[in-house]
Amino acid sequence: MLGEGILKGLGETAKNFVGSFVSKDRLTTVQYPEERIAPIENTRDFPFLVYDGPDDADGYDKLAGLRCVACQICEKECPPKCIYIVKSTDKKPDFVGKPQIYPARFDIDISVCMSCQICVEVCPFEAIKMDTEFELSTTDRFGGLLFDRDHLSRSNQHYHKIHPTEATEVDARLAEEKIKADAKAKAAAAAAAAKAASPVAAPPAVKPAPVKEPGA
Amino acid sequence: MSATAFKTYPPPVMEVSEEGDELLEVAMGPHHPSTHGVFRMDVALDGERVVRLKPVFGYLHRNHEKIAEKASYLAAMPYTDRLDYFCSLTNNWAYALAVEKLAGLEVPERAEYIRVITAELTRIQNHASAIGFLMQEMGASGTPLMYAFREREKILDLFEELTGSRMMCNYMRFGGCRVELPSGWLEKVKTVVEGLPSFIDETEALLTGNEILMARSQGVGILKPDLAVNAGVTGVMLRSTGVNYDIRKVDHYGVYDRFKFRVPLGDHGDIYDRYMLRVLEMRESVEILKQALKDVPGGPIMDPKSKIRGFRPKPGEAYGRIEAPKGELGFYLISDGSGNPYRYRVRPPSLINLTILEDMCLGRNVADVVLIFGSVDIVLGEVDR
Repeated sequence: MLGEGILKGLGETAKNFVGSFVSKDRLTTVQYPEERIAPIENTRDFPFLVYDGPDDADGYDKLAGLRCVACQICEKECPPKCIYIVKSTDKKPDFVGKPQIYPARFDIDISVCMSCQICVEVCPFEAIKMDTEFELSTTDRFGGLLFDRDHLSRSNQHYHKIHPTEATEVDARLAEEKIKADAKAKAAAAAAAAKAASPVAAPPAVKPAPVKEPGA
Repeated sequence: MSATAFKTYPPPVMEVSEEGDELLEVAMGPHHPSTHGVFRMDVALDGERVVRLKPVFGYLHRNHEKIAEKASYLAAMPYTDRLDYFCSLTNNWAYALAVEKLAGLEVPERAEYIRVITAELTRIQNHASAIGFLMQEMGASGTPLMYAFREREKILDLFEELTGSRMMCNYMRFGGCRVELPSGWLEKVKTVVEGLPSFIDETEALLTGNEILMARSQGVGILKPDLAVNAGVTGVMLRSTGVNYDIRKVDHYGVYDRFKFRVPLGDHGDIYDRYMLRVLEMRESVEILKQALKDVPGGPIMDPKSKIRGFRPKPGEAYGRIEAPKGELGFYLISDGSGNPYRYRVRPPSLINLTILEDMCLGRNVADVVLIFGSVDIVLGEVDR
């Protein structure tokens, strides 16, 4: 019969129309911003720099705990080239106590950033991670979207809050490294002490093997 | 050359056809609602009939290939998401496959299964939306497209949970996948896949027997098999003409040879066949997903030989291709041993399937042009690159 297919289709739409009032999983409208859907853990949008230190503490020097050592790998690998780094001229101790240079400037132009996460993957120091903050609209198109080092620095607690599983793994990895570095430092100190204590003329200093990059 | 050498466009040309009628040239696009983006068709009309049709594209050109040649191999991966932005995971796979061939990397079994699962989910959501857009162009404003998008939303949520992003997934890496599956993800996929057959049934009940759809699409936009083969048309477009060519069956890339699935073939090569084929391919994809989800093996997801920083494949060339939802998507790479490809070339199915647009449209009405164009299923990001 002509029109049978159309009637069948209309029946389908009627079923959906009625079903949308009955079935719970069909009521999907969320009244943003009063209501929000639960965040998905792996969500990413723009990068931030991780520092070890208290969260949201006024006056805390975020730079002291900053993990970034300004190696500029992310700057080189960034596909849209939105990262700008200036190396410092002096050094500060990193999380294992080794003096390292730090970024004197670290800018990310998030109007250029395409949230691809390549910087996070290539970073050997777990220093840059992806944030989930998305309400970033501003009236200042250029300055307001150019994030500097202070703006980008977020604490490790913040990282734990937004990506708990990933952050726990990263912490475990860093702790392992620290133990290794501590053991090495202790061994080096013991060797130095033994050398100083020994009456024999000191042998020529052996250059320590370079520290292997983690995760390379 | 004088300073005023800019090309000026003449007013629409009125020509006299052989029958003595006047031809009207109409520019459909670049912002016509039926053109899926910035695409223009210069159509010459004799009354309502199409006499000539010239596709004009390139408005969305972003220099993808040259950017990829200047950046490292890894840095090109997020740009592949932006080719066919509906199917970023299959784009990732095609590029990863080409680089893996180039560098001789072995993909672990678990990663292969994850790739198959994500690719088939991508195929389902692409075909569902393609049908939705086709119906939109047919005048069914909203309903089929909304049903398709409701289903697509569930799949995109799965993608976000796995990769961190709904559309720009950037998930596959050379020699495996980027991150391990989140806990409980496979169960969620199983739930979504269980709901898919009822969605496909719903789409079929809504559309397949619909008299208006049949009247507008049967016998319209017929593509002949020899023309399709000669023009290099692939994917649903080629199979709708009856040519049995599916790269999943031809190349057996990944672990597709472990799964039982059929390749639906058309008979007439018209719009209705393409619609029907998309529905049937979704059903076959559900079958593949069911088989793949049954036994996802454990183990690593990355080849230990692969490395993120300082990736330099040995000199050589490679062509990696997969059956993307829109057709054969291939990446051709030449390496000179440095950190970036010497040549990087994309074989985009959307562009090549679009080249036979005029042949399908000649002699049809303007209203049919919109439908024929919609049935090709293109994404302008891939056409223009």
